[in-house]
Amino acid sequence: MTDHALTSAPHPVAPFPPTQPTPRQRLALSHARALWGALFGTPVNAAITLACVAVLAVSLPPLVRWALVDAVWSGPAERCADGGGACWAFIGEKLRYILFGFYDQDRQWRPLAATLILLGLAGMSAAPLFWRRATLGVWLVGLAVALLLLCGLPDGPPVPTERWSGLPINLLLTTIGMIGAFPVAVLLALARRSRMGGLRSLAVLFIEVTRGVPLIAVLYVATLLVPLMLPSGLTIDKLLRAQVAIILFVSAYLAEIIRAGLQAIPDGQYEAARALGLTYWGTMRLVILPQALRTVIPSIVNLTIGLFQDTTLIVAIGLFDVLNTARNAAKDPAWLGFYTEAFGFAALIYLTVCVLASRYSLWLEARLRRVER
Amino acid sequence: MRWASPPGRPGLTGRVVSWWGERPVTQAVLLTGVALILVFFAINTAANMERFGITPGFGFLLRPANFEIGESLIGYQPQDSYARAMLVGLLNTVKVALVGGLLATVIGVALGVARLSGNPLLSALVQGYVEVIRSTPLLLQLFFWSATLQALPGPRQALNPVPGVYLCNRGILLPAFAEDGAGGWVLLALLAAVAVGGAGMWLRSNHIMGRTVGSIGRGRWPDALILLIALGTGAGVIAGSGVSLTVGFPELTGFNFVGGGVVSPEFSALLIGLVVNAAAMIAEIVRSGIQAVPNGQWEAARALGLPRGRIMRLVVLPQALRVIVPLMTSSYLNLIKNSSLAVAIGFPDLVSVVNTSANQTGQVLESMAIMMGAYLTVNLIVSALMNAQNRRLTDRRRR
Repeated sequence: MTDHALTSAPHPVAPFPPTQPTPRQRLALSHARALWGALFGTPVNAAITLACVAVLAVSLPPLVRWALVDAVWSGPAERCADGGGACWAFIGEKLRYILFGFYDQDRQWRPLAATLILLGLAGMSAAPLFWRRATLGVWLVGLAVALLLLCGLPDGPPVPTERWSGLPINLLLTTIGMIGAFPVAVLLALARRSRMGGLRSLAVLFIEVTRGVPLIAVLYVATLLVPLMLPSGLTIDKLLRAQVAIILFVSAYLAEIIRAGLQAIPDGQYEAARALGLTYWGTMRLVILPQALRTVIPSIVNLTIGLFQDTTLIVAIGLFDVLNTARNAAKDPAWLGFYTEAFGFAALIYLTVCVLASRYSLWLEARLRRVER
Repeated sequence: MRWASPPGRPGLTGRVVSWWGERPVTQAVLLTGVALILVFFAINTAANMERFGITPGFGFLLRPANFEIGESLIGYQPQDSYARAMLVGLLNTVKVALVGGLLATVIGVALGVARLSGNPLLSALVQGYVEVIRSTPLLLQLFFWSATLQALPGPRQALNPVPGVYLCNRGILLPAFAEDGAGGWVLLALLAAVAVGGAGMWLRSNHIMGRTVGSIGRGRWPDALILLIALGTGAGVIAGSGVSLTVGFPELTGFNFVGGGVVSPEFSALLIGLVVNAAAMIAEIVRSGIQAVPNGQWEAARALGLPRGRIMRLVVLPQALRVIVPLMTSSYLNLIKNSSLAVAIGFPDLVSVVNTSANQTGQVLESMAIMMGAYLTVNLIVSALMNAQNRRLTDRRRR
């Protein structure tokens, strides 16, 4: 990070070429010397450097040739079969299917709009400027609009959730998963730290059991067991069941993160709040939680990244998220077997979102540390 | 809400009452409510099962499973019971978790150290690897490895990167002990020998770390000796038992390979995916652990005249372990849980077998209970082992 900050600083424009090296130039020179020393300073280092260069020389050129030089960018599948490169024409042909799956072709502006709304909301709440109560309201309105759009309402025939697929599913499950898990997680964390034995045991049991089993197992419970547990005649939509399972699953992890934040609050804060005559809930809402939550925002961002990646697991219960649609696209007889391209494209979507988000999380961590000081 | 804890009462009742804490009635009502909801679900489940003509209970475990399982560590036929099928699944999960955990630890630690090496190129390469792996879903990586392995040429055009090792769409073929029924025992004996040797080294390292700085650097070679003795004993036991130690090499005969050992494509894809993923996580853990050791430790060790490698091994790593081990625990637990993604690429792990059983028999509640119970048990065992190790590490600080 620090190297980056040093090298990317804008260079001042000097009106005349200076005769003496400026301090900046001297710094650059010493940097260059240090770099040379680090790369070739000792025989071992030189050997490592050469080995790394060899690895890159062997792996990069074929990759670049495959992905860019020999790639086929447009045209029918036959053209791809001739060339030895990547078939990006396949992605171009299947783009709408990969992104929006089985959603009615002529109404795909709806999932597109829903995707943009969700991404926009996520981008907006990344700015600390919007960390306020009103943002929650905007989120709820935005989510409602996105859901309405996906449902096909208010105009036109409703679209059943079986046909919701592709990227909007991942975004929807992630955002609703985090927002839904939040109140549950706060209550669980508070219960786990309370002096009430019965309540505490209940919270510990839920958190530890949930964290002990894989998400796939929880999703199977939601798909196979939950229908059996309901009174006959009552059914709940499969996607909704998966969503509730995800909310409960994430709440256990989120509760542990929030608990860590609560533990970092010094006892003096509780005592001061008590001296002011605040009730338990007043203390929590006004004094403790705002501080505790602020310190764990980076962890929450990381959990969100993890959840966004884990939403792909709904493949296992037969739902079609963006990874599954990408994989399915390569099963089309006309475009059979372009798995690498399909997975590469899906990976690109995930890489973009997750790298941005983890960079944001690092920035946030540094910022919070600065604010604390 | 009262803030003060209730006045202590003597005796067992007193302790129970003070443990139960404030608002006893509200808590009781809440817990009863949760219990009632569960009872409601249980009644519904029983009614639904009766409607479908399924008898609740674990009796179905003894009925024949009637489905094939691709690979198993113990003998298995479709006419074997569901219980045995699930055991096969559990053993498969344990197998991939054990092998994966071992490989991921070795590769992850190496990568973590490489990330901190003075060489910027190596460090950047490792960072790039870690970033790509951490920013893509594990399932995507597994799909990729699975597709890559399936796209390998057939046996006749198999790739042969190292003599004796073949890569083809039937899996990875390796030299292995000849399958005369004793191969498993030979492997077991060698594993036991390595385990005994490792335990010996562990005890010795305990001893070494307890010594003063002045004696550091001496007495390292007996580690190798212990391992040699253990291996020698293992080999001796094998030789003594009269089992012939023939190594079979895979050979192409007709359309397929004969001899050697085969690692199925599903297992290979799962193992590669899990190891590549977990190694990236472990590399990050190791990096943060080493960076958590204050610089003064490096400087003091250098002042004592220790070379760089020995500083790392004797001064920095033992301290870094205190940060690393608790994080490693969660990393191993994640690896075990992540192995459940096997179901998506066709490896018969516990989740996959239990899911098939549940679908075939309709005994969903029982199957899910078994699956959850198995994962919780395995997790508990790993947590307990790692906690014991952690306690050992933190205790030493107080000494």
